[in-house]
Amino acid sequence: MTLQLLALAIFDGVAYAALVFLVAVGLTLTFGVLKVLNIAHGSFYAMGAYITASIGGAIFAAGFSPWLAFPLMLIAGALVGIVVGGPVEKLLLSRIYELEDVLQILVTFAVFLILEDVQRLIWGGQPFFESSALQVLGTVDVFDITYTVYQLILLPMVAISVLVSLRLFLRRTLMGKLILAVTEDREAATSVGINAERVYFVTFVIGASLAAFGGALASATTSVLPGMGADMIVLSFAVVATAGLGRVEGAAVAALLIGLGRSFAVYLWPEIEVLVPYLIMLFVLLIRPEGLFGTTHPRKI
Amino acid sequence: MSLRTFLPAVLVALVAVLPMMAPTTQVLLTLALAKGLPVLGVIVLLHAGQVSFGHALFFGVSAYAAAFLARVYGGGELISMVAVGVLAAVAVGLVVGIFVVRYRHIFFGMLNLAFSMIFFSVLEKFYYLTGGSDGLPVPRPTVAGFDMERAGFETVLFYLTLALCLVAAWATHRFLCSPIGNMMRTIKTNELRLEYLGVSARGVLLVGYLISAVLCGIGGALMAVAQGVVTPEYVWWVRSGEFVFIAILGGSGSVSGAFVGALIYEAVRTYASAFANDIWKMVLGVVLLGVILYAPAGVAGLYAQVMDRCRTRPANKTVDEDQ
Amino acid sequence: MTGRVLMEAKGVDIRFGGVVAAHEINIQIHEGHNLAIIGPNGAGKTTFLNICTGYLKPHSGQIFFDGADVTKLQPRHLVRKGVARAFQIPQLFTEHTVLENLLIAAAAQSRRWAPFVPMQRIPERDMMVELLGMVKCSHIADRPVSELPEGQRKLIDIAIALALKPKLLFMDEPTSGVASSEKFEVLDIIANALTEAKVTAVFVEHDIGIVERFADEVAVWNRGEVTFHGTPGDILSHPDVIRDVIGEEV
Repeated sequence: MTLQLLALAIFDGVAYAALVFLVAVGLTLTFGVLKVLNIAHGSFYAMGAYITASIGGAIFAAGFSPWLAFPLMLIAGALVGIVVGGPVEKLLLSRIYELEDVLQILVTFAVFLILEDVQRLIWGGQPFFESSALQVLGTVDVFDITYTVYQLILLPMVAISVLVSLRLFLRRTLMGKLILAVTEDREAATSVGINAERVYFVTFVIGASLAAFGGALASATTSVLPGMGADMIVLSFAVVATAGLGRVEGAAVAALLIGLGRSFAVYLWPEIEVLVPYLIMLFVLLIRPEGLFGTTHPRKI
Repeated sequence: MSLRTFLPAVLVALVAVLPMMAPTTQVLLTLALAKGLPVLGVIVLLHAGQVSFGHALFFGVSAYAAAFLARVYGGGELISMVAVGVLAAVAVGLVVGIFVVRYRHIFFGMLNLAFSMIFFSVLEKFYYLTGGSDGLPVPRPTVAGFDMERAGFETVLFYLTLALCLVAAWATHRFLCSPIGNMMRTIKTNELRLEYLGVSARGVLLVGYLISAVLCGIGGALMAVAQGVVTPEYVWWVRSGEFVFIAILGGSGSVSGAFVGALIYEAVRTYASAFANDIWKMVLGVVLLGVILYAPAGVAGLYAQVMDRCRTRPANKTVDEDQ
Repeated sequence: MTGRVLMEAKGVDIRFGGVVAAHEINIQIHEGHNLAIIGPNGAGKTTFLNICTGYLKPHSGQIFFDGADVTKLQPRHLVRKGVARAFQIPQLFTEHTVLENLLIAAAAQSRRWAPFVPMQRIPERDMMVELLGMVKCSHIADRPVSELPEGQRKLIDIAIALALKPKLLFMDEPTSGVASSEKFEVLDIIANALTEAKVTAVFVEHDIGIVERFADEVAVWNRGEVTFHGTPGDILSHPDVIRDVIGEEV
């Protein structure tokens, strides 16, 4: 492997990790609070991508500035979070927090199945490709490699700022502190008068928005097509499990690990590219069942 | 014989004679029954409170093992193909099982899914071995050494499948009622206490896991022979999801639910998917939600309810063995 | 104190974060001597039970059972050696009936997996029916345990432990959750069953009346340490114990 290929693999890996992190952090945040791992999370990602690619394609074709892609991504993220994620939590998940674990898992699986076909009904089976956002930012040369600014600079910066602002939000704002309190101890939090229902709702919407925003950003770099939600939920689960469930900062490290692992595989052994995330996850879990940053508390008896 | 056991017997008899009266249903019934077996495997694990989103793995492993066997020997033998398929499913089940029985709930479900996706991409990527997304053909095998015509073979396959399903249902039912089956069911309610009885919960779950792999294995090999081709679609997550869906639809508490669910599912899919092909997953999702929220015991549970209401004599013992 | 040493803790320490839940615990449990553990809440009594039954691993120190070091064993290994446990909050199989709960325990004890034999037909069934009679629960044999009141759940929890034919039984507050008017009756039932099965018991208890009546030895726990250990007559009349422990209970 030449130095250039090495750099290329690292750039690819970091850009990819940034996207995966956005989705995974939403998943892990939601799990921390609701204690439900939402299988439909991947659908939010796909819908964010579809909205951005289809609306973007339409307005750029109509002659509007490609810079509009960036506000569009933010809007798509928030829109999916509120319009799709909100009702899912309010109408469905809020009714199942008392059910057995198996049934909770199956309910989110059912939502996932429904949203898969909702996407198909709205956007059909044809792939969308809309990379104006990628092109408008141009390229840079690093180590004689020409790479897009969008992937090399923008995506990692977005991921880092989401990580930092999420930290600030959780530690400094009232809502954030409430979320942390419910994550820590649901019973104690509700017994001191925290409105858990509201915390659940807000957390779920934030998590869904992050997934959709990740999809929106991804849409500039890849074709948007059916099945991308299913791939992403498994991938982000791999990240979340590798990090340890509920670990926000850990998700960033695990996303980097998996992103780099995958991009190196692309250059070294392309056949196993798709397997690398799972192999990393299985390897980590084999050694540390609670994940890299997870902790286990023995049940009180 | 009470009405409660009489009706299922009638149903079995009906399934057995239906192909004689309506030959077109034979293949459909074979496929439905073959699919009922992995559903039964999923139900075994649901009794332990665990759901696997990757059980198509064992279904596919067995199907591919049968196909490889047929290819290596230039045409196969039905009995040995099923046997080799089951053995392969058990071997993979042991390796995967030792790992996944350490986990519960969503981890259990998703790790199973991860393993099935690994196998799925291996099938797609290593196409020089597996035929890639086109899969491998499965030539019609001999039966106990005899070459058979297509029609005759399909009839033999149907009755073999039916017989295997009956045996599997009986054995699974006995397992779930047995001491170790009951221990496995306590993983759902109180795993800690099970450990404090001196029993390894992981060990017990592994036994259940292997049984579910065997059931998937029988179903997968039969399906491969019935369809005449194996493709990566056998292992795809949608397939695993289908198994879980049918288990919930039929009634996860009961052994018969697996086959009732599979028959209903295949019938509806065959005749309705022409109208609802684009929204098939959505239909599944909506029905799944409906069953979970309003009829958690599934079709078998509804049947038990109706029977309870129909009973005229006062109950002397109301324990339904299936529940 | 006489009698063979059944279990022994040597220098056992454990901390959770900054909290010392066990510090330099040295204690011997003698065969045939029922030991009561008393002390204020948070003194580390349940933690001691958790360590002795393998649920928690001490940070230092050792546990011996029948002369062998069992510090690193899991609960299920200790159960196989003859150490059983009943819980403060009854740990039952909530989707099974009372008799089925005992049958599962009996099958586990005799390693009878019998994958294709209905559990109701295992040979241990008669013994379990008898055990139910011993704890005065025959009339509820076919009731789902989830429907039972707390007092009966406690009894079933202890019966499950007895079904394992242990040499040593740990009980965490066997009479908590039992109406005070029934406490003596319940413990009489348990004590009879224990005597009949020749089981040595270690039990955590807050009710001093119960301790006086059923314990052969008493150990006092305070802030993770054993502060006193002796006969009920000596310990329960000790002024420090009356001040620190019993005074609080009354």
